[in-house]
Amino acid sequence: MKKAGRVAKETVLIVVALVAVYFLVSVAISKNLINPFQQVNLFLMGINIIMATSLNLIVGFTGQLALGHAGFMAIGAYISAVLTMKFGQPFLLATVVGAIAAAIMGVLIGIPTLRLRGDYLAIATLGMGEIIKVILLNIEYVGGAAGLIGIPQLTNWNWLFLYTVLTVVILRNFINSTHGRACLAVREDEIAAETMGINTTKYKVMAFSIGAFFAGVAGSLYAHYFFLIQPNTFSFLKSFDALVMVVLGGLGSLTGSIIAAVVITGINALLQDLAALRMVIYSVILLVVMIYRPQGLMGTKELSFDLFRKNRSESRGTGTQSGTTV
Amino acid sequence: MAEFLQQVLNGVSLGSIYALIALGYTMVYGIIQLINFAHGEILMVGTYIGFFSITVLGLDLFSSLILSMAGAAVLGMLIERIAYKPLRNSTRLAALITAIGMSLFLQNTGLLVLGAEYRSFPQVIPNIQYRFFNGQVVITSRQILIFAVTVVMMVMLQYIVKRTKMGKAMRAVSLDKDAARLMGINVDTTISFTFALGSALAAVAGILLGIYYNTIHPLMGLVPGLKAFVAAVLGGIGVIPGAMAGGFLLGIIEALVSGYWSSMFRDAVAYGILILILLVKPSGLLGKDAGEKV
Repeated sequence: MKKAGRVAKETVLIVVALVAVYFLVSVAISKNLINPFQQVNLFLMGINIIMATSLNLIVGFTGQLALGHAGFMAIGAYISAVLTMKFGQPFLLATVVGAIAAAIMGVLIGIPTLRLRGDYLAIATLGMGEIIKVILLNIEYVGGAAGLIGIPQLTNWNWLFLYTVLTVVILRNFINSTHGRACLAVREDEIAAETMGINTTKYKVMAFSIGAFFAGVAGSLYAHYFFLIQPNTFSFLKSFDALVMVVLGGLGSLTGSIIAAVVITGINALLQDLAALRMVIYSVILLVVMIYRPQGLMGTKELSFDLFRKNRSESRGTGTQSGTTV
Repeated sequence: MAEFLQQVLNGVSLGSIYALIALGYTMVYGIIQLINFAHGEILMVGTYIGFFSITVLGLDLFSSLILSMAGAAVLGMLIERIAYKPLRNSTRLAALITAIGMSLFLQNTGLLVLGAEYRSFPQVIPNIQYRFFNGQVVITSRQILIFAVTVVMMVMLQYIVKRTKMGKAMRAVSLDKDAARLMGINVDTTISFTFALGSALAAVAGILLGIYYNTIHPLMGLVPGLKAFVAAVLGGIGVIPGAMAGGFLLGIIEALVSGYWSSMFRDAVAYGILILILLVKPSGLLGKDAGEKV
């Protein structure tokens, strides 16, 4: 009884905090309290949160290193942009269709490649991302190398907030479901999970396509905020950005990914004049974290409002397995 | 027919460079089961050492090759010591992410230090064209040089791996690390040596790439690195003859795709082959199917 009460209280606190953030930013935008540069970075934070948390489902929670996340983002971006721009469809429909297309691509790529283990999957997904880029470069209908220009700017704070919150909530619920547990089992020991009767390929594909779905959502938000997309925007570096966020935030920690996405986007904004130096700093941070703390800064811990409570063993599922390594 | 022969010849010269790079991947993978993503960047550093020793120090091709091989070998060993050794007992995911981090670190440090501009690689040998079949098939002196250097390097590598004590140690460690240690083999030294050997070959490949394309750039290692990895997988990763065969095969396929179809799709075809080979025969053309250890 005590535990249930605590969870309910925490949910109320989270909802209150979210509503507060939503209205504060809404007011700030409508009263022009934040300048355009800050606004761009605010929107990038939301998009990066979606990218990082969805990639974390694949890499952190299911233990499959995928390096083609930007490829799924590109599919979502291009398909939704074509739908709104050339067919005049509403933004909601365009985003959902783009995301579904990305998810289907995830299944198509996932079914064959996810039978592979570890490194091969990484390289196959990397190849997949590059193939998507090359194909987009060669389709004149979407502008080839010049990209699509003049996409209507439909992404506003309401949509961004809604999609970001929905992504995190859905991912959290998925991880705490039976299917999510199966994904965790695959991460911990694939062979043991298989022995226990878990269809590992099925769960890997499931995690992969859900991750791809939300990458598609992120791509759609991106396309409709910056009104210009090019194949080169979605290169390997974009996938790497998301991977850095996942690793820094902790492989297997949603809140960690959110914090890392916000912090790294902020650092990016500060270092925007020094592109090369920024990447050097990135990679050094990544190396140091990997060598001294291979499970990421937060590990699998989730940050919550009961962080400072003494009795932590009772806290929620994903927060308790602190000893695991990925 | 002449067209076909010409494309195959072009493919062989590019493929031999891929094969040289792929050897480094394959040896490192064979010994510590790690995809050394930084391999392409070691190649880049090796090329720049060669470039500066030709242009600044005024050395000839042979001495600058030796110098850049030595430099790349030291860099390879350093990378292994600093980044990969601490992670030898952790998960493969962590090791792989570290390798990607190392690759990006070298790329961007290169951009920062060397600048983002393309430099033209000095023409170390005169460009002579040899014509066959009524002038329909052309072989350039550069292509001959590339092929000759590659073959010499491969023969040397085969000698080192098959005949020397260190080569024997390498084979032993790749077969069973713990048993090798029990037999008195210094596993750390052997791994360092493997990295040095692979990196030296990458440096040679880099200089050959510089001669082939005329230009060098801090990000030049990225694409050939990935292609060579594809070649290594194609031939069977961990198998030395496989890397050679895979490199040549990939080079020829690429040349045929750009000759008969479009050079735009060259890269897509290379990655497509990768995914295809992983699906059909993940152990590669010359690899043996290894049972999964429980």
